[in-house]
Amino acid sequence: MTTLTVPALSLVVLVGASGSGKSTFAARAFGPFETLSSDFFRGLVANDPNDQGATRAAFDALHHVAAARLDAGLLTVVDATNVQAQARRSLVDLARAHDVLPVAIVLDLPEEVCVARNAARDDRDLGAHVVRRQRDQLRRSLRGLAKEGFRTVHVLRSVDEVEAAVIARQPLRSDRRDERGPFDVVGDVHGCRSELEALLVRLGYALVRDDAGRPVDAVHPAGRRAVFVGDLVDRGPDSPGVVRLVMGMVAAGHALAVPGNHEEKLVRALDGKQVRVAHGLAETLEQLAGESEEFRREVRDWCDGLVAHLVLDGGALVVAHAGLKESFHNRASGRVRSFALYGDTTGETDEYGLPVRLPWADDYRGRATVLYGHTPTAVPTWVNNTMCLDTGCVFGGHLTALRYPEREVVQVPAERTWCEPARPLDAVPSGTARRDPDVLDVSDVLGRRSVETTLLGRVTVAEENAAGALEVMSRFAVDPRWLLYLPPTMSPCATAPDGDLLEHPAQAFDAYRSDGVGTVVCEEKHMGSRAVVLVCRDQAAASGRFGMPDGVTGVVHTRTGRPFFDAARSEALLAVLRDAATTAGLWDTLGPDDGPTGWLLLDAELMPWSVKAGDLLRHQYAAVGAAARSALSPAVDALRAAAARGLDVAGLLDRTDARRRNADAFADAYRRYVWPTDGLDGVRLAPFQVLAADGRTFETQDHLWHLDVADRLVAADAAGVLQGTRRLVVDVDDEASVGAGVAWWTDLTGAGGEGMVVKPLGNLVRGRRGGPAQPGIKVRGREYLRIIYGPDYTEPANLERLRSRSLGRKRGLALREYALGLEGLARATSGEPLWRVHEAVFAVLALESEPVDPRL
Amino acid sequence: MLLTLTTRDDAARDLGFVLHKHPDRVQWFDQAFGVAHVLYPQADDDVVTVALVLEVDPVALVRGKGARDAAFSLAQYVNDRPYAASSMLAVALGRVFRTAMAGRCDQRPELAERAWPLEVHVPSVPCRGGADAAVRLFAPLGWDVEVTPVPLDPTIPEWGDSRYVDLRLRGTLRVADALQHLYVLLPTLDAAKHYWVGLDEVDKLVRAGQGWLADHPARDEIARRYLAHRGSLVASAVARLAEVDDAEPEALDDAVPADRDALPGEDPGPAVAGEDGDPPAAVPLARRRLDAVVEQLRLAGARSVVDLGCGEGHLLGALLDDPRFDRLLGVDVSPRALEVAARRLHLDTMPARRRARIELAQSSVTYTDARVAGFDAAVLMEVVEHVDPPRLAALERAVLGVAAPPTVVVTTPNAEHNVRYPTLAAGTMRHHDHRFEWTRAELAAWARAAADRYGYDVELLGVGDDDPEVGPPTQLAVFRRTTETTGEEAR
Repeated sequence: MTTLTVPALSLVVLVGASGSGKSTFAARAFGPFETLSSDFFRGLVANDPNDQGATRAAFDALHHVAAARLDAGLLTVVDATNVQAQARRSLVDLARAHDVLPVAIVLDLPEEVCVARNAARDDRDLGAHVVRRQRDQLRRSLRGLAKEGFRTVHVLRSVDEVEAAVIARQPLRSDRRDERGPFDVVGDVHGCRSELEALLVRLGYALVRDDAGRPVDAVHPAGRRAVFVGDLVDRGPDSPGVVRLVMGMVAAGHALAVPGNHEEKLVRALDGKQVRVAHGLAETLEQLAGESEEFRREVRDWCDGLVAHLVLDGGALVVAHAGLKESFHNRASGRVRSFALYGDTTGETDEYGLPVRLPWADDYRGRATVLYGHTPTAVPTWVNNTMCLDTGCVFGGHLTALRYPEREVVQVPAERTWCEPARPLDAVPSGTARRDPDVLDVSDVLGRRSVETTLLGRVTVAEENAAGALEVMSRFAVDPRWLLYLPPTMSPCATAPDGDLLEHPAQAFDAYRSDGVGTVVCEEKHMGSRAVVLVCRDQAAASGRFGMPDGVTGVVHTRTGRPFFDAARSEALLAVLRDAATTAGLWDTLGPDDGPTGWLLLDAELMPWSVKAGDLLRHQYAAVGAAARSALSPAVDALRAAAARGLDVAGLLDRTDARRRNADAFADAYRRYVWPTDGLDGVRLAPFQVLAADGRTFETQDHLWHLDVADRLVAADAAGVLQGTRRLVVDVDDEASVGAGVAWWTDLTGAGGEGMVVKPLGNLVRGRRGGPAQPGIKVRGREYLRIIYGPDYTEPANLERLRSRSLGRKRGLALREYALGLEGLARATSGEPLWRVHEAVFAVLALESEPVDPRL
Repeated sequence: MLLTLTTRDDAARDLGFVLHKHPDRVQWFDQAFGVAHVLYPQADDDVVTVALVLEVDPVALVRGKGARDAAFSLAQYVNDRPYAASSMLAVALGRVFRTAMAGRCDQRPELAERAWPLEVHVPSVPCRGGADAAVRLFAPLGWDVEVTPVPLDPTIPEWGDSRYVDLRLRGTLRVADALQHLYVLLPTLDAAKHYWVGLDEVDKLVRAGQGWLADHPARDEIARRYLAHRGSLVASAVARLAEVDDAEPEALDDAVPADRDALPGEDPGPAVAGEDGDPPAAVPLARRRLDAVVEQLRLAGARSVVDLGCGEGHLLGALLDDPRFDRLLGVDVSPRALEVAARRLHLDTMPARRRARIELAQSSVTYTDARVAGFDAAVLMEVVEHVDPPRLAALERAVLGVAAPPTVVVTTPNAEHNVRYPTLAAGTMRHHDHRFEWTRAELAAWARAAADRYGYDVELLGVGDDDPEVGPPTQLAVFRRTTETTGEEAR
């Protein structure tokens, strides 16, 4: 048996004359979809696997499919004769373009075998001369295969050898997905041995020292392991000491390491190659001169053997010295290594003479967390799920580690400035920050998309809805960095089957009872506009977490993300909320573990409706009232005159008079939503739910908790802007309680109220069938519905026709948008990158543009 | 809705003959949208008033034909149609008084031929352009016109008048002429879209004006008003999002003027022409602006150009006519604008060689987009002023930082010049969607800062006549990249 080793992700090129048995071999040695055969592709494009005239088109298609497979990270085998260098070169190029290793497996079988096999096939008539020519070409190629770029070449020379060959797939050296951690990932050390010792101790490791007292290992009692991002050496006071410690930890299985550009250069220097002795290399060489030749050799070999990047924890964590874009994860090529060591460089240098590096992290969209070093930064900062851990210890900054999966930063300060930086570090605060790119990419939101939600799985957005949402988001919405949430639509209750109402509380209580939700809370439906308020505790929180400019400490936006107010009015309202939150003590209790938070996201209603919908009220509702008023009174007068003449117009007169009264009632209904405001005078805000705070969401806190927070805000509000929300808890299985709920609604709407929203008391709860229950069901008042269904909807004949309304689509939409809303909040509070938050928020907007009956 | 026609005449009761409706009877006629009743509130020997009362069924109105076209707009369910005297009243008038309108009265032909002292009362006429419009349309036809505006809401006086007027017409005319005038002109006054009157009805209305419409001094205005009405309410995703947020669909879905996509084959010219209030004889500013941009692109030696915010494609059309521009991409954030651009440019029937030079795609200047990178030049013609100031940083980074073409041409209004537009009220802007308009100093400050940030030089120019005091109407800034390579190119 011959074992042919191939990299687990590679492009395997079979080479052999016609009749050498490539297809038979491939069918046995590889999976059914892994092999792309030129004959098969000739068949696909020309209906005939032997049509040599179709070769060009067949190879175009084959290359296309191979590229798609390699993009997806799948091993791919090309089954064609490949005896000509030309054909092989295009395949080597293809492999390189996808950063996978090309492998050649040559079937160099005797000519008579190939000729005999060809002769035995009745579908093909290749003369012996063709086979002979192919074999000649093959033999001439053999020696040059490695030079052509094939990293592995296997040659099988007999039928027996082919039959005995077995493929062994070797994982890439970067592929350490089985290593699950937990890890402590350590940034650039640069010879700062003392700080490294201090950091390891702070992380909980016990140092192991050799007889000379030098640290040679560090052991964590919980079995944690360190991962070094490279640049252990140069510039600092004790590069050999650092390497000794890290080599020891790696050898003992207590650490993993990737090389930095400084290790690579050190290897070349130790090999005696021509290198520019700069950037601290001189110090290292001088320090190593005091070590033994054996140690120098050990350092050289160890550095040389390091793999440029590591993929860990099932693919969820990638470590590389200068970071790595997603398409390079678990790939092997010169440019992958170069990226990992040097970053995405332009070849230019900046004003300090340092290489200009591209902000690859801004465009990073991968799910894996990428940790790296290389570029000193003052504060370790999350950018799109990546973090640079080089905080310039050797330049007098900090030595930084990130606990993974906890994502907790641990730092020790530099003992002194060991080396003056070429470019000054910013001030040296410690801690972490988050820098969201201020501009997202259209490919994050355009086209038909599926957004994965924890609550409902995949939620799909149609392309045309995304297109509409892009226009509204781009032209009217607030900065996406400040747009964490858009509220979901809400379904009304099922239609009342009879009586003089279209909506009645009984149907809402019935719905929750049949869904197994026993206790609900009825909340007064405020007569305003839905408002989402992001309020920061202070300017520092606003700028640090959200990148807000000076003078902006939050946003107040509508359900489609539009700002309610100009900057001054918005800040005035935010100040009211901020002061109330301070007085109520919310800032120090709503954060993680009931600790402090720098910001709050509140769900609220802003009154009056005319603040936002003034134009709609005037141009639509008031206009209808005016038209009706001016038309119906003269009509009634004309009909009365006709009746006085004895004409039979009694029915028409009654109906017209009723319409006149309905029109007056209609005007009364919309007028309740209008009152003048000036600045904050007249403006009311009723918060009713806490959506999120630093590192925390609140969808499993019951609604009485939320309303209690709201009550505390209202009580603490000295400005008189905040308003409470009336509520009543109803046990839907208790007749008396349900009766009380109905009476409460009847009083509320009888006094001119809009209606109520019924919610499961427990907030996010599961229904009888396991899915989430509707988060709320609205029951709107009889008079309010006049402005929705028209002035005359209450006429019995109209009511009967309006009862047939279909709610299924609206309910489905409400749940999907709810799931997306919570998904966005979860992503925003768990430190996920902005594009992931925006994806969910954008999807809510896109779903809102689906055509459903707007009266629901 | 209601229309009354009164005559004060010794033979007033003879009006019944002319109308073919007996003064002592109540008659009704089923219509598609309800029932039309004809009755006489007054029928004395010397005074006769006939009333047409149209009882519209609002629920059937929605469920009837045509409802699907306008589907899912709240305005479809709650609107003025059951009350306002417009197309439905005109249609009813035409059916109920068909013979009278034709001027036929077989029994007593002389009654149809004589002029009657008439008083028409139509309350609740939606009147676009205010009371003056009603006078302009009816007065030349021999009517004494009395127009009383209807307040929007008497309890909220600060809201002022509604778009409805109470219309009284007095004159001595043939009954047939009076009916024809109402039939044609009432819908013309309307300010709203015709949700339920099909194009065939419109054509019928126009035909009814034969004989007097051609000589009407406001003939062109009448024609224009009709055409503007033909715009259908396309329930776009954007319009629906406006409604979700209690805004009128037109408030958000305004990238293309409403009448634009209803008139295939007719090119109303650049949308911006009207904004600028040019004197009619001069070369329109929009044209000069476009020429100036093309000139800058030629000077820059650009062969490939991306037009960011291409709107209806006016610049693209000009660039297509110059073969030196061999690769053009027009992007806009509005899918509707792109549809109109594709139609205006005749993309579907364009010769293949020409077609191969141009693409259209939806994109946004506040998002990065790999598709807009790699062009010799980018154009932001009358675009930046539509971006909220806090979002300009995103536009700068997307265009100058990421797409980073060698040349970027920006045009924007010069706010200082606004005082030269007599129709523009002080302190207002040239377009309702403008988020700001910059003075020359403001543009210079922004352009220089942005250019510094992203490695460009900037040259500031003007378009249009350079007024010694307030400068040219349009400002133009040319950004030229100073660094050889950029992020995206090297990647």
